[in-house]
Parts: sequence; C-alpha cells; structure tokens
Amino acid sequence: MPRLMFRTSGGRWYRRRHSALQTSALHTGLITEPTTLKTIALSRGGNLPKCPTGIVGLDEITDGGLPAGRPTLICGSAGSGKTMLAMEFLVRGATQYGEPGVFMMFEENVAELTANVRSLGFDLEKLTAQKKLVLDHVHVERSEIEETGEYDLEGLFIRLGHAVKSIGAKRVVLDTVEALFSGLPNHAILRAELRRLFRWLKDHGLTAVITGERGDQSLTRYGLEEYVADCVIILDQRIHEQISTRRLRVLKYRGSAHGTNEYPFLIGERGLSVLPITSLRLDHEVSAKRIPTGIARLDEMLGGQGVFRGSSILVSGSSGTGKSSVGARFAEAACRRGERVLLFAYEESSAQIVRNMGSIGIDLGPWVKKGLLQIHSSRPTLQGLEQHLVMMHDAVSSFHPNVVVVDPISNLSLDQDTAAVKPTLMRLIDFLKQQQITTLFTSLTTGGGDTTENSQLQVSSLMDTWLLLRNVEFNGERNRTIYVLKSRGMAHSNQVREFVLSDKGIELVDVYLGAERVLTGTARVAQEELERTAAALREEDHQRKLSQLASRQKAIEAQIAALRCEAEVESAEVAFSLARETLHQRTAQQNTDVMTYLRGADKTGGGGKKGKR
Amino acid sequence: MSKTVAFELRLYVAGQTAKSIAACANLQRICETHLAGQYRIEIIDLVKNPKLAAGDQILAVPTLVRRLPTPITKIIGDLSNEERVLVGLDVRPIRR
Repeated sequence: MPRLMFRTSGGRWYRRRHSALQTSALHTGLITEPTTLKTIALSRGGNLPKCPTGIVGLDEITDGGLPAGRPTLICGSAGSGKTMLAMEFLVRGATQYGEPGVFMMFEENVAELTANVRSLGFDLEKLTAQKKLVLDHVHVERSEIEETGEYDLEGLFIRLGHAVKSIGAKRVVLDTVEALFSGLPNHAILRAELRRLFRWLKDHGLTAVITGERGDQSLTRYGLEEYVADCVIILDQRIHEQISTRRLRVLKYRGSAHGTNEYPFLIGERGLSVLPITSLRLDHEVSAKRIPTGIARLDEMLGGQGVFRGSSILVSGSSGTGKSSVGARFAEAACRRGERVLLFAYEESSAQIVRNMGSIGIDLGPWVKKGLLQIHSSRPTLQGLEQHLVMMHDAVSSFHPNVVVVDPISNLSLDQDTAAVKPTLMRLIDFLKQQQITTLFTSLTTGGGDTTENSQLQVSSLMDTWLLLRNVEFNGERNRTIYVLKSRGMAHSNQVREFVLSDKGIELVDVYLGAERVLTGTARVAQEELERTAAALREEDHQRKLSQLASRQKAIEAQIAALRCEAEVESAEVAFSLARETLHQRTAQQNTDVMTYLRGADKTGGGGKKGKR
Repeated sequence: MSKTVAFELRLYVAGQTAKSIAACANLQRICETHLAGQYRIEIIDLVKNPKLAAGDQILAVPTLVRRLPTPITKIIGDLSNEERVLVGLDVRPIRR
C-alpha cells in the first residue's frame, strides 16, 4: 500500500493512508499513483509555487515541477544522469517557459558540456548567443592554490550574481558544487559559504538545482543534503539480470505531495523521459470507426467490420501459431489504406521479416520503401522493459503512426517480475489510445490448453480485442486454429476457424464440427471426403429404393389386372350358368305343356297341379 | 636579478571589507620588503568589475594571482601569513 507524506500545520510530518475510495481505485487498477496524488494535492490546496522542469514525467511525479525559488538537490552515483537532468531543466526552462538560466559547472568545461548535451539535441551555443543561457566553468586547481588567512567565496557569489543579472536568469544549476571540497582545503569556511550560497539563492528567488555525488553513508559525499532541504531527488542506475535501468525517486519534497516510488527513466534522443509517460486517465476519445484486419474472414468474425480504430488487439498463442503473420497482415492492410505503421520486432531483423512475410504473400518491402512502414528491430535484452517502452514512446512521437504492431510483447517482459509489467504496459497502451493509434500486440504463450488463457490474464484485461491462436494436434499433424476470445463493443463470432497459411496469404476456413471433436487439416479434409462419399451412397440408396418401390407398384398393378381378368371370367361363368338355368327351366315347362296336351287334360283346370300334389 | 618587472601581481577583492583592506596592506608590505622594485600590483574590485572574476577563475576573495613569472599561482586569504605568501609567490625571503 503506497503511503503519502503530509505536513501538519505545526510543521511535523506524518504518514497518512489513502482514503478508502482511493484505495479501492488503486486496487482495481483504475488510477495509478500520480493521478491520485494530483487529486490529493488539489483537494488539500497544495499552493506551493512550482517550477515546471519540462522533463517528460518528472513534472507529474512532483505534481508540477520543482519548488520555485528554492534549491533542489539531485544526487546519484557517477553516470546516473545528474548533469543531463540539470541541463534539461535549464534548457526547457529557457526554451519552453521563458526562464533563462545559469549553468555553473565545477567539473566539465563549457566545450565538453556543450558537446555532451548536443546528443540530446540541445544547442547550448545558440541559447548562449540568444542570452537565454549562461555557462560558467568554475575551475579550482588545488595545486595552484596557497591558502593564507581569512577568506570567503564572495568571488563565486559575484560571478553567479553577475551571470544571473546579465540575462535575468530565473534558474540556476550548480553542477557538482562538491568539487570545491577537493579544491579548497578549508572545509569549515567552505561549509559556511555553501550555507550562505543556498540562502543567497533563496533570497534571490532562484530555482536552483544542485547536483551531488552519492556518498557511502549519506546521500551526498559531503553532506550537501544538510543545506538543501526543500527537495531531494535521487538518481540511480541499477543492474538487474544484466540489464541496467536508470531510476529516479523523489526522496523528499517539503510542502508538497509527491510520488514516492522509484520511477524508471531513460536518457533518450530528446532528453530525459521519466515513466509514467502519461498519467492514467481513462478519458481518451473513442472512435466508432472500424478498420479491417486485412483478413476478410476475420473481419467477418469481428461483427463483419473488423476492429475499432484506436483499440488494442492482443494476438496470443504458442510458438508457430501464426501470430507474427497476423501482425504483418494487419500492418500491410493498414499500409494499403495509406496509413502509417510502426512495427516493433523483438525476434527478427527487419530484413528477415520482409523476406519471411513475402513467403506467405505479404509484401512489406514496398511499404518500407515508401516510408509508410517503419520496422524497429531490437533484442529485448538490449534494455529493460521500461526503456523499451520509452523508446517506443519516442518512436511513436516522431513517426506519428496510425497503427502500431508489437511483435511480441511477451519478450519484453522476459526478465521482469510480472507485477511490474502490467502498469508499464498500461501506460503504453493508454498513451497509444490517447493518440488514437490502433495497436496489435502479439504474445507468446507457453504450454497448451487452459494455461494458455491463464497466462495472459495479466495483460488481457487491458486489451479490447483478444484473438487466440492455437495449435490443434490430432491424427499426426498440427493445425492452426483461430478464435475471437473477446472483442469489446461488437457482436463477434464464437466459432473456431481453421487458420491456413499459404503462399497466397492467410485464409480462414470453417473447421469440421463433428459430433465428438473439432477437426482440422487433413483430418478435416478426410472427414469432408467421407461425408461426400456417404452422401453419394445415400443418394444411390435412395434411388434404388425408389425404383424398388416403383417395380413393386407395377407388380401389384399386374396382379390387379390378373384378378380383374379372373373376375371377368368368373362373372362370365355366372352369366352362363344363369342362362343355362333359365334355358333349362324353359325347356322343362315346354315339356310339361307338351305332356299335358298329349294327355288331353283341361287346359285351364290345372290338372297338372293337382296331379303334381 | 634584472631591473625589469619580474612580478606581475593581481589582487582580487570584493568591496572594502576588512579582509580586503587587510589583504591590500599585507601585500604592499610583503612586496616592499622582499620584492622592492621588481613588482607591479593591480587591485581589482569584483564588486565594480564582476566580469573579471571568470577570467582568472576567482572563487575565493581575496585572491592574489601571480601572473608573472609563469606558471600562474594563486594565493587565497588575507595574506596574513607572510611566510606562506612568499612560498606561494616562490620568492626567497630577504633576511635582515
């Protein structure tokens, strides 16, 4: 839990925890420290006048800059960047804030210093000619000096006073005033004079930066912190896992809240950059515009239109799943639209990327030549994560890309403890989002199955769209699959697609969703073939059944005809028997009549009837 | 020793302070005693001419600079210790 220092009205320091609200905000990761501090400083009415340094990030940590009109001590070991910080403070003051400055150096001479800071783009000769800067080299050679009796350092005061007056300086740097200790034998006088000097600086309302070499026991070798008590900043260069990182810490800042953590910083091409690069405010503008990913079917999976402009995309997967190819395709598609793309590669050199991507039909070469695509290749071990991020920040600031591809981001965090990675990445993503830059990060994961997803949890919450690439091993081959794990703000497909890399580029193919498993590759092809055969067989079967049915119908019809014939024969028989019977009866009647006649019986008497009875 | 001026000395002071006045007096006395006729003294008041401080790398006041003979040497303080001033100027004291 970060704690903050506050000062009571009585002048005593006490520690105070964050309020419950801020604590919860910190826990949820919504607010990083500088923002919190700003809120606190405002709510507490922090009205100490500040003198902005113009150094990226430092003004945020110190909540506005160094204490105006007071001296600040910057201490650190050799090579930690004290002089650079002090110089930038002056140059920025002179060029950006209209405050001329005096640089009084005790170690280097003017020519050396001018040459040294030229690499940061500071033209001291020009600034001196414009009367914005005075450089004064104070050189004390002990061997030349003999000491007899009482003296004071009024000469130094006069020189400084004259320099300040000549350009109306508001800022003063004394770069390592401690060198005097080796030049002047009488330390008692020196200490008294230094005390007077710092008083003098305060009385003249000069914002001063005093540098000091780090001592073994104390902050500075000669205990300068005794005299400069308003603000102390410690610079440090540390080696962790063979990678050096410069760090800055505000040890003390009287009368002001400040970030108490150690912040990494970098001396880059444009001076110092202290992380945080930007404060984390979640108030960047969002775009409703969508941009295609360069893979038509992937766009379709992402609600049909691709990703949002200015969003962050994570493509994760184990090695060989095609992450870089997706990244390169994305970059190429952006170039085709005429957008500017910055590709940070941490595994391959730019020439290798261009060659390898050419093999799958992604031709990056012309875009590099046109200046739309810039590839920054470096080894992740070249510097620490923070420094990589600062470098990226610098590159983005100078190139102004629309799209940034980082391949892979996981390499950057190789030697870092993961707890530190998230805030730094968050700062980068936030910075890119504020610039409306669409960013694609690839991330290498190790292991398979569910662990793939777990290992990404730390950064995935920062991402708007997360594509998961996976190798599916089945039936003696590995095949690539892709699916959209999440995509904020759009209806996305939840289907797994097979991801095919060929010399024609990237294609997404529907996988075979069988009853038991998802099939890809040749297994899918085999299965599809099987399906086709089965369908053909079924068709054949059907036809056969139909014809069988038809012939059976015909047979029945034939039977019906036969029966009908029989019936006809039958009925003919019936008619014949009836006719025969009638004929028979008629014949019998005729016989009777004939016999009756022959017997001469009464014709009407019915003798025959009587006779019959 | 030759008759030309061998010692060219500059005394830097800052205003009329006690130390400045003492330094001036001490310097005059020492030079008259040990370097009679061989020296030239230039007294520079930095309060009046602050620009001149940088040229001779003046830090402490009072500072005596031996411009000639070379190499340049500096003596800081009010020059109250005659022996050390002479050592600083590399002058052999004249014993009386």
